[in-house]
Amino acid sequence: MESATIKKGRKHEILRNIKKNKLIYLMILPGIVYFFIYKYLPMSGLVISFQDYKPYLGISGSDWVGFEHFERLFTSPDFWMIFRNTLILFALQIIIFFPIPIIISLMLNEVRHSLYKRGIQTLIYIPHFMSWVVIVSISYVMLTLDGGIINSLIEYFGFEKINFLMNEEWFRPMYILQVIWREAGWGTIIFLAAITGVDPQLYEAAKMDGANRLRQMWHITLPAIRSVIIIMLILKIGDVLELGFEHVYLLLNASNREVGEIFDTYVYTAGLQQGQFSYSTAVGFFKGVVGLILVIFANRLAKRFGEEGIY
Amino acid sequence: MLRDKISVGSKIFDVVNYTLLGLLALVMVIPFVHVVGSSFATSAEIAETSFLLFPTEFSLNAYKYIFSTDTILRALLISVTVTVGGTLWSMFLSTLTAYGLSRKDLVGRRFFNFLIVFTILFNGGMIPTFLVVEQTGLLNSLWALIIPVSINAFNMIILRSFFMNLPAGLEESAKIDGASDFGILFRIVIPCSLPAIATISLFYAVTYWNTYMHAILYISDSAKWPVQVLLRQIVVLASGINYDGATYTDVPPPEVTVKMATIVVATVPVLLVYPFLQKYFAKGALLGSVKG
Repeated sequence: MESATIKKGRKHEILRNIKKNKLIYLMILPGIVYFFIYKYLPMSGLVISFQDYKPYLGISGSDWVGFEHFERLFTSPDFWMIFRNTLILFALQIIIFFPIPIIISLMLNEVRHSLYKRGIQTLIYIPHFMSWVVIVSISYVMLTLDGGIINSLIEYFGFEKINFLMNEEWFRPMYILQVIWREAGWGTIIFLAAITGVDPQLYEAAKMDGANRLRQMWHITLPAIRSVIIIMLILKIGDVLELGFEHVYLLLNASNREVGEIFDTYVYTAGLQQGQFSYSTAVGFFKGVVGLILVIFANRLAKRFGEEGIY
Repeated sequence: MLRDKISVGSKIFDVVNYTLLGLLALVMVIPFVHVVGSSFATSAEIAETSFLLFPTEFSLNAYKYIFSTDTILRALLISVTVTVGGTLWSMFLSTLTAYGLSRKDLVGRRFFNFLIVFTILFNGGMIPTFLVVEQTGLLNSLWALIIPVSINAFNMIILRSFFMNLPAGLEESAKIDGASDFGILFRIVIPCSLPAIATISLFYAVTYWNTYMHAILYISDSAKWPVQVLLRQIVVLASGINYDGATYTDVPPPEVTVKMATIVVATVPVLLVYPFLQKYFAKGALLGSVKG
């Protein structure tokens, strides 16, 4: 009895709140509708990975095939190729790219001359605003065999020209260098902000103890921004499978496919170009689930180490 | 700060540090300078000495060539339309949603927030999204470049955090004066949030200008391609290195200067707005990353 009246009372209160805030609900309605149609409807569309989806039959008319597409994926030699390629590009991102913005931030933090500092920042942010098409296009015109500036220089110094663009060995270095070029500067923003929050007294104390500037960086600045570094690392791990469809797709060609094909580009070719909707949806589904598990895992790990995590 | 005694070690540190940072910035920017410089060179000079930053003989031939047909002009017009229209549309929706969700007294706020954040962690993927875009009748229309990306969840969260940090008294006093929720948003909250709004607008505008993937996914009619897709056709595919079987045998590959000029044309608009908004965006980006 009593709890019923309380419930009734709460219900009443909620209704009153909704009535009071009806304009606010009206405001968020278009946004929620957008997320529903273009984010949640596609999630429900994942069911076609268990079907033999035919566009003219639609989801309700297509036959169910169970895990057939997943079985095909896991037994296909392509799977191991794209799995390996995705993993290697991810490892390059974490091991080579990730520390670079941190190092640049530490260096920028030591610049006392504020005009010089801002000048450098302005320049290194610029590539972030260029599309991958522009980044890859500039690489193309610079690296091409006949007349590209890099090969001309190589030839000028008496070495043999290198076919960077159609060479398996150069795909990964090219990929990670472009990532560094485009994102390293932009990545410093968050670390520089974290550094601003470090207590200056700590530096004074370290100076009294005779620490030089490198030691101050190592023993004060770096530990002080540890939690930001960990959060950024989690975000990066959560992004493990988002290696940039555009970027990789633009770099791919027939001669570097063995090292360059990743989940996203595979989904695009198998699905939209060859019309295997169900199979490529299964590939994308697998990728999405692995990605979600990785974020949750990384977040748990961060909490175990006493950090805040991202959610 | 104790700056009276600057040790020799510290001085060496400064010299090395300043030099390395300067070199880094140069390495990142020189490719752009090279491309811009080459686009104004004559083909003869490029063929002779391909490593130049500034041409000795200034020529506008490449630009005359690319603007002699309407292909690139049309693509530019499409990109401008999508960028301006898309940014306005996205800002409209994002601001409304962000303000609504910033109101702490809203019942169901946590639920809606979770709904939106979850889309960052997991999504239906390329093919199911394609099917929804197809079913909503957007294929081969410029709307396909805007409607399916109406709100970027990250951008919305940055705006929301900004709104939440505004002093609560502002809204309350407006409420006492009898302003409606829309009145508060448009007369008080938005004018007080211009730095955040400028930042997020820049992010949206850059994304719309750089849009490539959605164009190749949803638009097969080459007359509706934005400039980024055309750029790829001209620079990457015309190098004879292609992946998806599109052939260019009937068209002679464009000259290097033309490729360079096309890159410049696809880049210039971003470079034009960048300096004006630069002072805002570092702050805005920060808010998002720290409090997201």
